Amino acid sequence: MSEETLNLKLRIWRQDGPSSKGGFAEYPANNIPTDASFLEMLDVVNEQLIEQGEVPVEFPHDCREGICGTCGVMINGRAHGQEKATATCQLHMRKFTDGDTIEIEPWRAAAFPVVKDLVVDRSALDRVIEVGGFISAPTGSAPDANEMLIPKDVAESSMDAAACIGCGACVAACPNSAGQLFTSAKIWHLNAMPQGQAERYKRTEEMVETMEQYFGSCTNHGECSEACPKEISLDFIAYMNRDYVKSKVKNRRLAGQ
Amino acid sequence: MTTLNSKVPEGPIAEKWTKHKFDSKLVNPANKRKFKILVVGTGLAGSSAAATFAELGYEVEAFTFHDTPRRAHSIAAQGGINAAKNYPNDGDSVFRLFYDTVKGGDYRSREANVYRLAEVSVDIIDQCAAQGVPFAREYGGLLANRSFGGAQVSRTFYARGQTGQQLLIGAYQALMRQVGLGAVKLHTRSEMLDLVVKDGEAVGIVTRNLTTGAVESHAGHAVVLCTGGYGNVFYLSTNAMQCNVTAAWRAHRKGAYFANPSYTQIHPTCIPASDEFQSKLTLMSESLRNDGRIWVPRSRDETRRARDIPEAERYYYLEEKYPAFGNLVPRDVASRNAKTVVDQGFGVGPLKNGVYLDFASAIERVGKDTIEARYSNLFEMYERITGENPYEVPMRIYPATHYTMGGLWVDYNLMTTIPGLYAAGEANFSDHGANRLGASALMQGLADGYFVLPYTIGDYLAPKLGQDLVPTDDPVFTESVQNIKAMTQGFLDINGTKSPEHFHRELGKIVWNYIGMARDQNGLEKAINEIRALREEFWKDVRVLGNADTLNASIEKAGRIADFFELAELMARDALDRNESCGGHFREESQTEEGEALRDDENYAHVSAWEWHDADTPQTKHAEELEFENVKLTQRSYK
Ligand SMILES: Cc1cc2nc3c(=O)[nH]c(=O)nc-3n(C[C@H](O)[C@H](O)[C@H](O)COP(=O)(O)OP(=O)(O)OC[C@H]3O[C@@H](n4cnc5c(N)ncnc54)[C@H](O)[C@@H]3O)c2cc1C
Ligand code: FES
Repeated sequence: MSEETLNLKLRIWRQDGPSSKGGFAEYPANNIPTDASFLEMLDVVNEQLIEQGEVPVEFPHDCREGICGTCGVMINGRAHGQEKATATCQLHMRKFTDGDTIEIEPWRAAAFPVVKDLVVDRSALDRVIEVGGFISAPTGSAPDANEMLIPKDVAESSMDAAACIGCGACVAACPNSAGQLFTSAKIWHLNAMPQGQAERYKRTEEMVETMEQYFGSCTNHGECSEACPKEISLDFIAYMNRDYVKSKVKNRRLAGQ
Repeated sequence: MTTLNSKVPEGPIAEKWTKHKFDSKLVNPANKRKFKILVVGTGLAGSSAAATFAELGYEVEAFTFHDTPRRAHSIAAQGGINAAKNYPNDGDSVFRLFYDTVKGGDYRSREANVYRLAEVSVDIIDQCAAQGVPFAREYGGLLANRSFGGAQVSRTFYARGQTGQQLLIGAYQALMRQVGLGAVKLHTRSEMLDLVVKDGEAVGIVTRNLTTGAVESHAGHAVVLCTGGYGNVFYLSTNAMQCNVTAAWRAHRKGAYFANPSYTQIHPTCIPASDEFQSKLTLMSESLRNDGRIWVPRSRDETRRARDIPEAERYYYLEEKYPAFGNLVPRDVASRNAKTVVDQGFGVGPLKNGVYLDFASAIERVGKDTIEARYSNLFEMYERITGENPYEVPMRIYPATHYTMGGLWVDYNLMTTIPGLYAAGEANFSDHGANRLGASALMQGLADGYFVLPYTIGDYLAPKLGQDLVPTDDPVFTESVQNIKAMTQGFLDINGTKSPEHFHRELGKIVWNYIGMARDQNGLEKAINEIRALREEFWKDVRVLGNADTLNASIEKAGRIADFFELAELMARDALDRNESCGGHFREESQTEEGEALRDDENYAHVSAWEWHDADTPQTKHAEELEFENVKLTQRSYK
């Protein structure tokens, strides 16, 4: 706890709508307490803009606890900023220095068109889920939960992947705007579990091919995992690729029956 | 004051639901596709309901103001979900979960609903496990359980500290599967701003597309609101920033009664605000109270660091006042006591707005490693926010608004007072009485969505077979669209001097000060006057900039605050009317000699459901008398 404050210069991307041309605007952010979060700093700037009669900056946010996956901007060229394992909303101003210039931009990816200012449209991620990111278990059809034993380490590994918050930082951080980390995390969450086996190969094939329609290709840079606020592991991409190759063989065989 | 019909079925409590399901009318599978259901909200309650309706064959449209259903506030729940599985063999049962919930709610909930909730709780766990929710497991592969929030049995299922996230993702995936199959039409970034009623029945909604500003009409045979709680009326709360009461409130304005608005839950262990412009508080899990000791310095003028204050000069107020339960007293008792010491000037931290939660003796007793194993993620979260290391400096905590038990009044079928309009999840009032137990909100949201609504909605729809949807060019729709457009443009035209945020913050202060943890007649009357004055100022002086045809968070916010003003006033009236203390509602005038909440069962064993007239006429109260046939009313004591 400290009562220090910072004076900063912000360069923020402003863009009226999806088809408008955007550009940087500069705003001062003065007397920002070091205890403030990054988004609270933006709140302060917005209050000042409103006072001056200027339209406030639209930025994505909701839970402000690093779990909903709504927030996310490029901070000095890095998705969610320089802190490891930290979503934008969890970043605090004590990590900056008085006099800093901070450049703030929206996620940049063809699959994520800008809606306004720092807000982008990430619905391509939902398109990947809806083709296979589930286990078909209609309500009411489930057996007793303890009839299926799931080894602790399997549940843990599945949970490691399921921790993804769907923020899209992986796509934004990738030089190719690839969607591999997001897609593989969902595939592994479900493919790891016994419940997920029946649809394993169908799921993998459908999700990978839908992903490819929206996102770029993976060339193993690893920037995605570096930027991920939940530190989702690159291993899941390897598991996905392995299952995808298998799915090609298995699904073809099934199709030929 | 008229009496409300809760439509609770006859018969012994354990048989009511089974009997009711059998007695309800069914819609033939081939006919289900002829009915359109509009589901507003895609949190636990909404996603589970929409997915299940679609699986059954209904035509479904789902709406959320978020950019994807997975962002709903349910995602933030940490602790867990209760179910009467009795896997640990420690004496749990449907009846015990029912009993604990009615007692925990301080005898202000409807027995039949609570029993059904406990009954279907077991199916929820089965359903979620089948969907692939990665619940915590024991080494043998069986599901793990823990005890939560002072429960005497271990009935809480969890997925690390992210239970809400995993349950929501399970429901979201079930929903997205139906979206992929074309059975659910999903409208994201689409905010419901009006309920459309014709001949007394709910026939549709009007929404605003938050990206384009387009105001749109949607007709349905039934409308289901799963739009969450209203804790953000306090401005500072643990709720996500966008949580609001608008959908429920606009329905209230169209005739749906609003029940028990003053029942709000204040959670004792949150990180205190660090400055004036803070907009959101963070919850620290209640489990911390298992090992942390709560204290304040005995001197108001204390300036030393916590570590340097000798034992004798520390006031462990919970341990002293409640020797039996100590730091583990229920949420409301812990919260109120923290407020008392802070109000008396004993608060700690730069703003003197917190109390210490100290792990020093626990670390000494069990070692740093054990404490780390238990709480490392929470300690990390705390340090990230405050910059202080709780292994070395005691945490500072203070209560914050967390959950709202009040909501739209619903009958046993979860139908509101408007036929065809249902409410589920935190948006309804039904199951938690005056106080919610930990890990029971997730249970209720999923119970409503997966297992209750899919049965009860058929009973309303069946007789409507062959009935066309009301066309969206009907005056009931076009008038509503005009009103919403005028309201939106109206905000831009006010051209005032103060931001929506300013008004929200000021409103929150009034609500927190007078309708917060402790209420009295004087304060409540003052609150009503102050809220009205501020509301008037808002409508004259709010400054909303930009346009109505692009994304514009200020427009969204202004509309939500307008509703919070009206809700806040009703909360004050409800609290004033309820001249007793119960659960989260503490009236200074009604306490025991020891300062504990004192119920008045003779006069207040009822639900207060309020009927809207207009913005300047106070609502009328209707009562639903509560009958307790299976649980004996007792006074709580934690001494
Ligand atoms: C920090 C925190 C921790 C918690 N931990 C626990 C816990 O451990 N266990 C537990 O049982 N409970 C917990 N709770 C409570 C629990 O999370 C919530 O009560 C529950 O998730 C609410 O679910 P819901 O589906 O009713 O609403 P929500 O999840 O809030 O969903 C509301 C939905 O409605 C939509 N919506 C709202 N208004 C509109 C509108 N006008 N138009 C269109 N869409 C709209 C939103 O977009 C969203 O999709 C916790 C709460 C908090 C704040
Ligand atoms: S605002 Fe929810 S993750 Fe940042």
